[in-house]
Amino acid sequence: MVKTKSILKWSFVGLILLFIYFPIIFLTINSFNESDMIQSGWKGFSWAHYEYFFDLDNEPLRVVLQTFALALVVALLSTILGTIGAIGIFYSKKRIKSSLSAVNRIPIINAEVVTAISFALFVSFFGFDKSTYIPLIIGQMILCTPFVLVSVMPKLQQMDNNLYEAALDLGATPSKALFSVIIPQIFPGIISGFLLAVTLSLDDYVITAYTKPDSFKTISTHIYGLDKNNVVGPQIKAAYWAFTAIIFCIIVVSVIVANVMTYRKLRSKKK
Amino acid sequence: MTSAKSTPRFSRKLLAIPYGIFLAVFVVIPLLIILYYAFTNDDGKFTFDYVKVFFNENGEGFFGFFKSYTFKTILQSLFISIVSTILCLLIAYPVSYIIAKCKLKNKSVLLLLFVVPMWVNFVLRINALKELFVWLGTYNKSNAWNIVNTIIGMVYDFLPFMILPIYTTIIKIDKSYLEAAKDLGATPAKAFLKVTLPLSKAGIMSGVSMVFLPSMTNYVVSNYLTFRNVKIIGKLIDDYFTGGLWHDGSFISLVLLLFMFLVTWLTGGFKADEQTETRGTSLW
Repeated sequence: MVKTKSILKWSFVGLILLFIYFPIIFLTINSFNESDMIQSGWKGFSWAHYEYFFDLDNEPLRVVLQTFALALVVALLSTILGTIGAIGIFYSKKRIKSSLSAVNRIPIINAEVVTAISFALFVSFFGFDKSTYIPLIIGQMILCTPFVLVSVMPKLQQMDNNLYEAALDLGATPSKALFSVIIPQIFPGIISGFLLAVTLSLDDYVITAYTKPDSFKTISTHIYGLDKNNVVGPQIKAAYWAFTAIIFCIIVVSVIVANVMTYRKLRSKKK
Repeated sequence: MTSAKSTPRFSRKLLAIPYGIFLAVFVVIPLLIILYYAFTNDDGKFTFDYVKVFFNENGEGFFGFFKSYTFKTILQSLFISIVSTILCLLIAYPVSYIIAKCKLKNKSVLLLLFVVPMWVNFVLRINALKELFVWLGTYNKSNAWNIVNTIIGMVYDFLPFMILPIYTTIIKIDKSYLEAAKDLGATPAKAFLKVTLPLSKAGIMSGVSMVFLPSMTNYVVSNYLTFRNVKIIGKLIDDYFTGGLWHDGSFISLVLLLFMFLVTWLTGGFKADEQTETRGTSLW
């Protein structure tokens, strides 16, 4: 009885995992298919899509690289702004604290289209030039910075406030105490905020589409654009299958590493 | 707090100023601009014209609204997002519960399995789903299939946002409550209904708010999976703006914005300082 129950339980979990992973695995298999049309079925094993992807003369790799570059810039700026903001807001008076926290939640809960459109209207209202990349970077920061704040805040709450006071009593300047006492204590929150900002920026379509310079492409806008006009590039699309497969392999490896690491930790704790 | 007294030269709350200005300029002012565009015409004069257009699209008076394209789109979006949210909840709650209650030592790795697909770019993931639909022959087959595919896409995309907050609330529930319920004679089912479920309400609410609105407005999913044949409210707004109808688009955005505030208020999202599980911020 107990056994059937547990079999039922885990087959449900397995089924959901299958639902989550099947499309990606399906695409990974097809990235080795010589054909670049799914409809035409399996046409034999080939590295062709990988060769096309890794050629810098072709668009996909360049788009991938510039997407990552943009994500790093945006995440770095968001992390700095968000961390400073979180510390400031945490020590503000209650009224300022609660109103700034509420405004901080707007981009998190708002529909992304509305955020994108309101900022795009702002850009055109004041006549800013999209080709400078500044609207794009600020637009993505609007999306990312609130999440940095949300990651850093709990670490500030858990922090022992006496250490900062002690540092000041021992003669540290406030800025020294900030960098050598507060920042190290909230560092895990800063890192998780940064990583979250990277993934948000990499994923973003809507804000990017509304604020980017016309000729600039990110992974999201490039693939979405391919779908819009089906005439160009099944080849380009297939190159992105190869890219999906590469990311999938990285994920599999990192999950295995995480698994091994938790086991080791548990074992060393037992000893 | 004592910081203001002990450090008269430098107060840490001053650090809030740069981000405060950022929020005011790039979040609050753009929303005010939407408000401005919704109630002015091309000459910048105050008008209710766009409110009238919204409610009287066909020129049949107020009740004509219920036959209008806008209303149809809103209904369709609501249907898609309600079904997607319920499906997400029906999948996410048992999954989170099973993982949280299992006796395995590396639960977090198991949880990680549900979240790591998010590292694949969102449009690439949707693309994978689309290629699968093409292969299965359900891609753009009929109107009904398009709706079904859109819902599958929304669930596929937003499921982790539902699993994470629910898992974190269940794992935090103090085991002694359940033991107490058992000692007092509650059956496991009753203990679940009276203890676990109410205590995980915050996670459910947070998950619902992370899935409900995006699945009404994320037009990338609906467009990509249906050859642009399923219109949801996000797409409606996008169409107005790309078509140059900024005032109409602004009014609909405003309606959506108010709706968002309502949903957030109902799900308790504004006091969510403690409830930090949005999008897995604690996962890394």
